[in-house]
Amino acid sequence: MTYTGITVVAALAALVLDRWAFRTRLTTSGTWWTAYGIIVFFQLLTNGWLTGRRIVRYDPDAIIGSARVPLVGDGRLLYAPVEDLGFGFALVLTTCVVWVWLGRRSGEETT
Amino acid sequence: MVDEGAPGPIGGIPMSLQHWAYVAMLAFCLAGTLPLVPAFRLRVLRQPRRLMLTVVAAGSPFVAWDLYATHAGHWSFDPAQTMPWRVAGLPLEEIAFFVVIPLVTVLTYEAVRVTRGRDRAGRPRQRSESR
Repeated sequence: MTYTGITVVAALAALVLDRWAFRTRLTTSGTWWTAYGIIVFFQLLTNGWLTGRRIVRYDPDAIIGSARVPLVGDGRLLYAPVEDLGFGFALVLTTCVVWVWLGRRSGEETT
Repeated sequence: MVDEGAPGPIGGIPMSLQHWAYVAMLAFCLAGTLPLVPAFRLRVLRQPRRLMLTVVAAGSPFVAWDLYATHAGHWSFDPAQTMPWRVAGLPLEEIAFFVVIPLVTVLTYEAVRVTRGRDRAGRPRQRSESR
């Protein structure tokens, strides 16, 4: 499977974890979306550094875009493949789901 | 395993600034979020077990994905802009990424939760009481 395909699966899997498996339902809370909004802004900056400088390079066959690395366009946003947004969404959501779930289990998160 | 023996004058650490490019990005992430701990009196670092479990449980599948993608050639890393150390073919920075990003994610989430008021933040709309 290409990076594009895996990204879609991962983002959906994270959503399933949140809504049904762990029932943390963070994606129904303004708090989580606010945090994600902040994180995604900095993701675009830091990922732009990694991809714009070609620290990380992508196989054109694995992504929507090509071998070109424009600032915007050709399947890229601030140099990074748009697929990275799905990767980030899945990683950030999964992290928060596990964190909140563990907190509720142990009673750390009393609110 | 971490294999050493890379070019570089001092203990295998490259002196070229370029090699620090990925490390710099990780340092930037930490520099921006660690101050949230004192600023919002976050208790995240005081729960090392919960934090470690979160990093391991959430990070592992993504490290596995990264290993697969790197070996399948979906992406690759510039040796000139990473440190010489490799773990299963990944730069050490890339492994650190899956520790740093979950950590900064939790710190950001907790800081937002505090600012939005502890009693309504991060809760499911459906009430699940009894604790």
